[in-house]
Amino acid sequence: MPLTRAQVRHVAQLARIALEPGDEEFYAEQLSGILEHIDRLQEVKADDIPPTAQVVEVTNPLRDDVPRPCLTQEEALANAPAAVNGFFRVPSIQEEA
Amino acid sequence: MSELTELTIAEAARLLRLHSISASELVTAHVERINKVDHLVKAFLRFTPELWEKQAEEADRQLHREEGGLLTGIPLAVKDVLCVKGIETTAGSQILRGFRPPYTGTAVSRLFDAGAVMIGVTNCDEFAMGSSTENSGYFPTHNPWDLDRVPGGSSGGSAAAVAAGEAMIAIGTDTGGSIRQPAAVCGVVGMKPTYGRVSRYGLIAFASSLDQIGPFARSVEDAALVLDAMAGNDPLDATSSDRPNDVRRDFDKGVKGMRLGMPREYFDVEGMEPGVNDAVREAIKALENAGAEIVDVTLPHTDYGLASYYIIAPAECSSNLARFDGVKYGMSVQDVDNITDMYMRTRRQGFGEEVRRRIMLGTYALSTGYYDAYYLKAQKVRTLIKRDFDEAFAKCDAIVSATSPVVAFPMGSRTQDPLSMYLCDVLTLGGNLAGLPGISVPCGTSQGLPVGLQVLAPQWREDVALRVARAYEVASGVKAEVASVA
Repeated sequence: MPLTRAQVRHVAQLARIALEPGDEEFYAEQLSGILEHIDRLQEVKADDIPPTAQVVEVTNPLRDDVPRPCLTQEEALANAPAAVNGFFRVPSIQEEA
Repeated sequence: MSELTELTIAEAARLLRLHSISASELVTAHVERINKVDHLVKAFLRFTPELWEKQAEEADRQLHREEGGLLTGIPLAVKDVLCVKGIETTAGSQILRGFRPPYTGTAVSRLFDAGAVMIGVTNCDEFAMGSSTENSGYFPTHNPWDLDRVPGGSSGGSAAAVAAGEAMIAIGTDTGGSIRQPAAVCGVVGMKPTYGRVSRYGLIAFASSLDQIGPFARSVEDAALVLDAMAGNDPLDATSSDRPNDVRRDFDKGVKGMRLGMPREYFDVEGMEPGVNDAVREAIKALENAGAEIVDVTLPHTDYGLASYYIIAPAECSSNLARFDGVKYGMSVQDVDNITDMYMRTRRQGFGEEVRRRIMLGTYALSTGYYDAYYLKAQKVRTLIKRDFDEAFAKCDAIVSATSPVVAFPMGSRTQDPLSMYLCDVLTLGGNLAGLPGISVPCGTSQGLPVGLQVLAPQWREDVALRVARAYEVASGVKAEVASVA
């Protein structure tokens, strides 16, 4: 199933990736090519087959609920592009009233 | 002494214990080798003198006291997806430029504890997405056997470093073949363990249900030693198994009486080169002559493996890579109107083309209206692929095939067609979908370039994969050699 340019715009918005001039056509074409191969999955009859999400043999191991050392605030912020007063700093998340 | 860069661990450990050489001399020999060839190979993104100086000194102190183990003083290269405290770690991506992890991952810290000496950080495809290391956000790595060709990927820098004698051992990660395929095309040994064998704590995640950390080396024994040192339960990774670490059991017992399965589908895949096919069939003949029984097996859903993988891996990546938002670490576009604008522009600029392509593909496959047709269906096909392996392993102890259907290809020859790049992994990704251990061992050449024999074993049977690979090494006398690098 080929991907339309409108679908590329929608997916890019969901994935939080900006599109620059040329990107829409580029991804519509490339993702359509890959999906054409992937569509062969529809040939497989698998209605009664359970899905496999992972192949791990352990389930929900729990550790003892005791406090232990963790990163300091300073260490946690050391790689932050912008920090202020011990917080990560981000641009405004809503319009001013 | 250039030959110091051609030793195996056992040979180096012997010289270190005899005090014929010191760990500092061993590291210096590798640094000199790097100075001579790495401007051509470009296996490394960064070097770590601050680590190798201290670690080599400590190794020499231990050796002086007749302490330490086989890995004490052994020069190690680490793929740029494994966090090392204070050492810039970027997953081959511009979005993480400058990131210095506040902690060291378990696999690396276990090798440090065993005495390994870290030389540097190796190049890879961005976020381990690729089969040629051409998707690195920094520069491509070259194949030491032919500098105009790719070293495979995504762990191409680790494979090339070991092949070129720039490191004695290296570690990488394998999500669809990213250890085994570069090992094959660079002519070294590379192993992906069973999912859960090695802790993923401190690994920058690509696809969490598929990723595993594993070793590169120039002999099967060396690979086994490195794996042994990294393996075992880690409370910091909830998927790590608490099974006993028995990967080196029966290592040297040979293949007499073992049944080795040849999946007919794996010898008939799209794009299989005749020279690769010939070299691998000859290798299997050598195993038969060494006493193995060769049996035909079938993996009927092989044709659907790539499609299943290229839904599951991108879906998991689209979720894992959501954390790169310009807030906590790495690149951040600051000249913006609001936070959504910052997310979107940071991710457009920071991620390369292939990473963006996979995030979009995964996001699409998980989006409303497409989830059942793509993601759920791919997971059902994953079940069928796993069952194929279960049925095949009822008839044989291990599965043998080529690792890569092609030898190292010319740089730039597949970058325009993503699907042709993805097809490089067609013989390896089944092992990831089913969580199996797999090893690639050099088995001769085609067109003058290295070919790899892949051995896949049932889950938790690294011992079987290593035993078969070792038996091949002994029977054939084929050794991983150090490329001279023109």
